Amino acid sequence: MKFTGTENYVATDDLQMAVNAAITLQRPLLIKGEPGTGKTLLAEEMASALGMKLIPWHIKSTTKAQQGLYEYDAVSRLRDSQLGDEKVKDISNYIVKGKLWEAFEAEEQVVLLIDEIDKADIEFPNDLLLELDRMEFFVYETQQFVKANKRPIIVITSNNEKELPDAFLRRCFFHYISFPDHDTMKSIVDVHFPGIQQQVVKDALEVFFDVRKVPGLKKKPSTSELIDWLKLLMADELTAKMLQDKDSSSALPPLYGALVKNEQDVHLLQKLAFMARRRG
Amino acid sequence: MLIDFFLEVRRAKVPASLREFLDLLEALQQRLAFADMEEFYYLARLCLVKDERHFDKFDLAFKSYFEGIEHLDQMLEALIPDDWLRAEFEKNLTEEEKAKIDSLGGLEELIETFKKRMEEQKERHAGGNKWIGTGGTSPFGADGYNPEGFRIGQKKGRHGRAIKVWEKREFRDLDDSVTLGIRNIKVALRRLRKFARQGAADKLDLDDTIRSTARNAGYLDLKMVPERHNAVKVLIFFDVGGSMDPHVKVCEELFSAARLEFKHMEYFYFHNFVYESVWTNNVRRMNETTSTWDILHKYSSDYKVIFVGDATMAPYEISHPGGSIEHWNEEAGATWFQRITEHFRKVVWINPLPEGYWGTGGSLGMTKQLVSNHMYPLTVDGLESAMKHLSK
Repeated sequence: MKFTGTENYVATDDLQMAVNAAITLQRPLLIKGEPGTGKTLLAEEMASALGMKLIPWHIKSTTKAQQGLYEYDAVSRLRDSQLGDEKVKDISNYIVKGKLWEAFEAEEQVVLLIDEIDKADIEFPNDLLLELDRMEFFVYETQQFVKANKRPIIVITSNNEKELPDAFLRRCFFHYISFPDHDTMKSIVDVHFPGIQQQVVKDALEVFFDVRKVPGLKKKPSTSELIDWLKLLMADELTAKMLQDKDSSSALPPLYGALVKNEQDVHLLQKLAFMARRRG
Repeated sequence: MLIDFFLEVRRAKVPASLREFLDLLEALQQRLAFADMEEFYYLARLCLVKDERHFDKFDLAFKSYFEGIEHLDQMLEALIPDDWLRAEFEKNLTEEEKAKIDSLGGLEELIETFKKRMEEQKERHAGGNKWIGTGGTSPFGADGYNPEGFRIGQKKGRHGRAIKVWEKREFRDLDDSVTLGIRNIKVALRRLRKFARQGAADKLDLDDTIRSTARNAGYLDLKMVPERHNAVKVLIFFDVGGSMDPHVKVCEELFSAARLEFKHMEYFYFHNFVYESVWTNNVRRMNETTSTWDILHKYSSDYKVIFVGDATMAPYEISHPGGSIEHWNEEAGATWFQRITEHFRKVVWINPLPEGYWGTGGSLGMTKQLVSNHMYPLTVDGLESAMKHLSK
């Protein structure tokens, strides 16, 4: 069982190591990182890559650790007793299972996501120490002992709004998702929007040359606007390529792959270049 | 695509995340902005910036990125070599025109002249001169291939229209790295209130529940009340007497305005540094002092302690017994300060001096070390970081 990222998720080497270590050694994995670096997504993608069920537990400021284990719904029971419901005699009817219980009870191994643990009260992580360590807990109301069938893979995310207690940290593996560098970002964009650049460039050219009518377009761009636009869209590749290779003609073939899709687009681009020069 | 642009925006300290960047790409894919820099500017700002105080930084980043792109002017030329173009070019000419071109020395030369002129014009433009029509000498103009002229006007127009929006920098006042003044004091206040209000939750109102259950003929009727907020207790020490007075005043007003939000808040004053006593009334500072020991004993360790001062003095005022400029102190200021930081769990120092002047040495460096680097500038941003640390 090894996690190497999925087709929807780009996992860097250090992240893969962290995930695989957590799976192998069955320790909770604490993931921190800037907002938007895919912390929550990681658990979802892990679950789908490993073919397991995901049980998400989203933490709010009001969440208590006990809610993850179970809740005793005393209010319902009180009401039922007033109404003379038979159910009231069995206390287990009023024990509501929490996400941890659900994960422990599952037949197959599952991925349990404890999302944004730092949102909760400062005592929250401490209250879960034993449960996460031994993967078992005791239900006082029914004198029942709940133990995990298969130790779930636990992923915990934090946005670093609060410091987590040391005792809790010692029990976890920790990984910080750093902000992606240029190359990682490129592959992330590719995963989310494959071929977007070619698409947008093609769009622009076709609209400009009236190859295709696009509804909802306010006005046709002028040549200079279009050129500015293309520069904007292609700037990343162009700067890199032009820096590498001052001789423009030999830099051409690889550029085409990055910028435009097919011969027709190349043709449109030529036409534009021509117009640009004519206008000076 | 646009990755460099995004990184540039982040380099300008606009806290945009990857998700927002992907939003921008999706918006482009949906053609929300199309071949229009101004539209793109608005769209990018909409997607990437989530707080008006970052607008100015965003504008600057945008500007610097697009100045970079301007230098890519050779792009299309680089993309399409002359040989390819010529066929296209000739296709568009009538026989008559071709004859004229020949009379001007052939197409090769024409393209050369054309390129040279472009260079020339660009340079002149960069020099800041207004375009001078070259029409009289231009073979293009003469032959009427190019009714609009070269880049005359066109380039200027591009600059004049599109760049203007972000060059205006309308949002400068909202930038939070600017020292607090009247304008942004409201923003700062909002931050402080956010700090004070924590852990909102519903709890059972037992009295009301009993009352309404009884009224309900014994059927349970639960009543909830919002939990009381202001649990934060604060001690503030102000450095008074000297150049820092106006800044300290701003800060004092700020915290006074926020004081209702705190459960408990006390002010103390000191001069330059804390020693064995501080005072609560600045007018009668010589007569009515409060012993620092008393403060340490009276207030529990969960009080948040905020110092406000420039921490600029002679280093011996901190490090040596008898260093104080006002009186003879038996023990060094640093000793007293350490007692405070040992007793209280959270201590920050807010410094009205701009962060750039702090440096690492001298009294400021010593103070910074004494507060374990939790010194923050008196800006909205600085206040927010300070509060963040205090509430952790």
